[in-house]
Amino acid sequence: MRGYILWRLAGLVPTALVIVVASFALVRLAPGNPFASEREIPPQVRAALDAKYGFDRPLPEQFVRYLGNLLQGDLGLSTKYPQRSVNEIIAAGFPVTLSLAAVALVWSLMVGITAGIIGAVRQNTVWDHAAMAAALVGISIPSFVLGPVLVLVVSLRWQLLPPAGWGDWRHVILPGLTLGTIYAASIARLTRGGMLEVVRSDFIRTARAKGLPERLVIWRHMLKGGLLPVVSYLGPAIASMLTGSVVVEKIFNIPGIGPYFVDAAFNRDYFLVMGIVLLYAFFLLLMNLVVDVVYGLLDPRIEYP
Amino acid sequence: MSKPTAPDRLPARAGAEFVGSSLWQDAWKRLRKNLLAVASGWLLVFLAAACLVGPGLIAFTWGYDYETQDLAYGPRPPSWEHPFGTDFYGRDLLTRVLYGGRVSLSVGVLAALVAATIGTVYGAVSSYTGGLVDAVMMRAVDILYALPYMFLVIILVTILGKSLLLVFLALGAVGWLLTARIVRGQVMSLKEQDFVLAARSLGTPPGGIVFRHLIPNTLGPVIVTFTLTVPAMILQEAFLSFLGLGVQAPRPSLGALINDGANQMLVFWWTLAFPGGVMAAMLLALNFLGDGVRDALDPRMRH
Repeated sequence: MRGYILWRLAGLVPTALVIVVASFALVRLAPGNPFASEREIPPQVRAALDAKYGFDRPLPEQFVRYLGNLLQGDLGLSTKYPQRSVNEIIAAGFPVTLSLAAVALVWSLMVGITAGIIGAVRQNTVWDHAAMAAALVGISIPSFVLGPVLVLVVSLRWQLLPPAGWGDWRHVILPGLTLGTIYAASIARLTRGGMLEVVRSDFIRTARAKGLPERLVIWRHMLKGGLLPVVSYLGPAIASMLTGSVVVEKIFNIPGIGPYFVDAAFNRDYFLVMGIVLLYAFFLLLMNLVVDVVYGLLDPRIEYP
Repeated sequence: MSKPTAPDRLPARAGAEFVGSSLWQDAWKRLRKNLLAVASGWLLVFLAAACLVGPGLIAFTWGYDYETQDLAYGPRPPSWEHPFGTDFYGRDLLTRVLYGGRVSLSVGVLAALVAATIGTVYGAVSSYTGGLVDAVMMRAVDILYALPYMFLVIILVTILGKSLLLVFLALGAVGWLLTARIVRGQVMSLKEQDFVLAARSLGTPPGGIVFRHLIPNTLGPVIVTFTLTVPAMILQEAFLSFLGLGVQAPRPSLGALINDGANQMLVFWWTLAFPGGVMAAMLLALNFLGDGVRDALDPRMRH
């Protein structure tokens, strides 16, 4: 097990390098430049700006320098916000985005797994059909429709929670629900499918034959099977929650990292775009690794080399 | 799932009293029995028809289109003249929603087609070639899988410019990973089967085997993935438009309409309710239909 984790960690290095090269190429070979959108800049100022950010150097040299700085944890300076480094912007925004995604994840797992269990245990009953219909409706309501509707009802009509902004725990609930619902629906379907996949297996029959109470059969044996597809779905789900929070942050006016990214991509803020893409990519690589390890822990049939 | 491409010179063995039915006929029969899927299919036909001819019909009959403003009229709630109401500039919301629906549907279908084509060919070639090529090609898929998908699309859209054509190319270019993985898995088992060996011993070149024998046999799962990719792509396009990266004003798209509506929902509720409702109905119908197609084509998946 430890050998497997170390081997996978080592495998991250070439992957990470490819991602750095690819995103550098994608961002730098794009037409336009960070200073193009501003009004007439005198050539001297432009030259000084280029020198400040190192854009006057040949591209390969810039890449080597970027990589060197990256290894020391320095993501460079933002061209859009000249007073701030990319590290500062990320340090301010990423925790916000991360806590939003965490709330969404917990919410989606709680609701999704519960609905999935109900669907599987009461298969083909009214309960099952209701849970699965609700899941399909949940998948079909985009966050940018659900968000405003929740604000309208919960914040403005019932006045229970603040409609926007960021501060204490009450600000995170509505955005978390908005972001998480679509995943709750997918998780419900996956849980139900996974549990029904194992419901007729020998080990379930054995568990029942030895007289295990049905409650324990469900919780200890069937749920494990039901969670396997959910676990492998979590990697992509977390990825899309983090990027999907762009929209939710816009709806609820939350100072996360999403608005910065859209702005940065527009303004060719090279280092900020690179910094955010790399941060997300590395985070996702790690999450996928964790997911694979958890998957192995849950499924005894998988052996590690 | 597989329908081995048998040589058609074989004498027919089935007697006249026995009429066989192909996989596709079976699937069609199963699909037609699924009431929800059939209803969703009709709703989609209706929506697509309305989106296709609606704006033109309205322009022909009443003489205004999605950008005709009537500032004196202004934003008014639904009425007989304007069933969906009018927006801030007095533009007819029904026309704008229909036009936006047309954008959404075409982007969804085309982007899903691009994704399915790239994914199928990529997965089949990778799997059939095998060995080092397969390892490298699949590693590339893994790497792309780890990249924040939506951010990649945003970068591509800002690089390529905001034309509609490029939006769906960008979506399709990033969205083919799942199809590639599924097709690769299918081909892995298919390529060991006898009909492939037969084709190879007859001297069929690798390209012929991949395109004539392997890919047709993966069509079931590809179609299932395709039907479920369409709503996903529609959602992504709306997502982009919501962020102001998709179709540009004054041309409407559902995402942009919802964005406008969300900003004024307190005063003009209909500007959010109708675009949002149509978007949700469209996605719901597509998901129900996709589910039905999956159950029909892959009975093992149904519980």
